[in-house]
Amino acid sequence: MSSVLQIKNLHKRFGQLEVLKGIDLDVAPGEVVSIIGSSGSGKTTLLRCINLLEEFEQGEILIDGKAIGYRMRDGRRIREREAVVAKHRAMTGMAFQSFNLFPHMTALRNVMLGPMKVLNLSREEAEVLAEKWLDRVGLLERKHHHPSQLSGGQQQRVAIARAIAMNPKLMLFDEVTSALDPELVAEVLNTIRNLAESGMTMVLVTHEMRFAHDVSSRIVFMNQGQIEEQGPPSELFYNSRSQRLSEFLGRTAFKR
Amino acid sequence: MNLAHVLLEIWLARFDILFGLGLTILVSFTAIVAGTILGISVGVALTYGAWPVRFIARVYVDILRGTPVLVLILASFYIPSVAHINLNALEAGIIALTLFCGSHVGEVIRGALQSIPKGQMEAAKSIGLTFRKTFVYVLMPQAIRQAIPTWTNAAVEIAKATTLLSIIGVPELILTTQQIIGRTFLSLPFYLMIAILYFLIDFAIERAGRYIDMRVSAAQGTVP
Repeated sequence: MSSVLQIKNLHKRFGQLEVLKGIDLDVAPGEVVSIIGSSGSGKTTLLRCINLLEEFEQGEILIDGKAIGYRMRDGRRIREREAVVAKHRAMTGMAFQSFNLFPHMTALRNVMLGPMKVLNLSREEAEVLAEKWLDRVGLLERKHHHPSQLSGGQQQRVAIARAIAMNPKLMLFDEVTSALDPELVAEVLNTIRNLAESGMTMVLVTHEMRFAHDVSSRIVFMNQGQIEEQGPPSELFYNSRSQRLSEFLGRTAFKR
Repeated sequence: MNLAHVLLEIWLARFDILFGLGLTILVSFTAIVAGTILGISVGVALTYGAWPVRFIARVYVDILRGTPVLVLILASFYIPSVAHINLNALEAGIIALTLFCGSHVGEVIRGALQSIPKGQMEAAKSIGLTFRKTFVYVLMPQAIRQAIPTWTNAAVEIAKATTLLSIIGVPELILTTQQIIGRTFLSLPFYLMIAILYFLIDFAIERAGRYIDMRVSAAQGTVP
């Protein structure tokens, strides 16, 4: 089957600093890929490139076989127009570490905004869709609450519903539990687990090693802007080939 | 000076005073509305404009804010006539106050837009909103909520600054009153009366600002 996501030789630099040094990654439909690695290894930057929140200098990202963000004209690589970039972004959903819900809207309106203004659904259709997804994340009865009236875990679940209501081909999760109090982590992880089990293709950046181990079909270990090692969780967590991965796992609380 | 005499003179001057009051309110209202529209554009240019746009907006704001209102009023009354553009005193006055209001509101809006966390823009982008839609549905509603209290102050300043138009001969409340005093020599009662009228105008703007703030806050689910 063709890949949902294909990354070919991706390079990204911030000024002098090269943070991604040639990333190649394929994600098949229904796959759940967790990216692990120490901070500064480029995990989050990679995710942000896939969502076109960062520009990149070299390489290609394809969603469903279609290059996003850039195209070739007369042999030169040019950034797509803003409206096209926006369309490309809508193909992937993203949940952020800091939730980023719109504080001036209720949970329901947060989820409805994209379907109404990007997918051009009617208010009624968008409301039905939003209620369906709020129900899926277990927050239907909180639909009229504003973000300030929700706990961190609830906010993050609304944010996930907001992304998924756009029916993305791929979901990206960027350290979605890092800003949460420990007792709120489980509800968010359960939500993600449910989505994974329903067949959603996703790429996660996470520090929750146990969760990554349990939910992922593949683990990608990044180190200094490169993919150092990847494979099924059983292989990567228990028989890591690279010395750096062993050291990294040793530093985390992961119990073998 | 007996009370009956004062009341009689006030009664005789009632139409003049109402006319002056009406003109003061008209000028204030026009300058605040036009200045706010101008200011929003300037604030957007300052925050999101390409550098030439930002540069022009910055020069405009800095010059206007750094100049006394009286100087602006005199400038807009005398300078256009050099270029053979004939503005009457009222037009010149409204233009000066609008430009002044626009520069202040521009800064207010810029501050409010810049205080919105970067994540808001990113979240909007990630669901596929274009910049224009992000601005309309995500950024501006939050900026307005943030800007209302400072905007109210700017509006009150404009209403007070209309008094300066008396210098170029706009028959607003101050000039009208001075003319009445020249005729009746009753300076204290008439000045006292317009002091109360100005207070009421400013108080009304203040209340209007609070009311809008309350309504917006309620709609956005935030506590004012």
